Amino acid sequence: MSQAAVKKTRPKYLSLQALLFEIRLPVPGWVSILHRVSGALLFLAMVWLLWMLDRSLSSEEGFERVRHYAGLWPVKLSLLVLLWAYAHHFCAGIRYLFLDLDKGIDKATARLTSWIVLATSLALTAVLGWKLW
Amino acid sequence: MNRVVTGAHYGLRDWLAQRVTAAIMAVYTVIALVVLLSGVPITYSVWHDLFSQGWMRVATLLFAASLAWHAWVGVRDILMDYVKPDGLRLALQVAVLLVIAAYFGWAIEILWG
Repeated sequence: MSQAAVKKTRPKYLSLQALLFEIRLPVPGWVSILHRVSGALLFLAMVWLLWMLDRSLSSEEGFERVRHYAGLWPVKLSLLVLLWAYAHHFCAGIRYLFLDLDKGIDKATARLTSWIVLATSLALTAVLGWKLW
Repeated sequence: MNRVVTGAHYGLRDWLAQRVTAAIMAVYTVIALVVLLSGVPITYSVWHDLFSQGWMRVATLLFAASLAWHAWVGVRDILMDYVKPDGLRLALQVAVLLVIAAYFGWAIEILWG
């Protein structure tokens, strides 16, 4: 029995390259990486969102300018992406809270709830996007 | 088997903080959506009055504080996973902390400025 041959290298990392090109992700994996991507996106966009909140509360003129700005299509598209990011992060986060409580951890349920998260966040983006404009 | 446990033991605290702050933000989000979609058209006066009320300012401050802590834990996890050189990771982590502190200060200024 050669113990040295099976000695594992530690620490191991999940590289971005492995995530993107080598590992074929099951649905819960997609929910997971999108949770991370959406979180990073929201963090990076925070300066922009704060700026719009600041302007919109500064004066009536500022408010109207932000409203006009938010109606321009590139801005609207970006805001819709951020709305999706928030919705996805929200839904996936609630799923993780249930997983923490050992609810829905068997494979079939975990895959089903992953599909529900993906579908619900897209539906929320569509409904809220339509309501807010 | 005797195991020597090492480390600063901040893992559990951060794990718990991530979840508590998430719950606070989730409640705020639902309340904000109910207010925004209540049917009243959002004009400047409606928007301004909303953020002039004490409860809304305090709730938003709680949201901002939760977000700051939540974002720190999340971004730190991302940096720990992908940025291997210690010096670069430390520099980025410090930068993220400064950015989060600046955002939080700005949020307070927007609310009470």
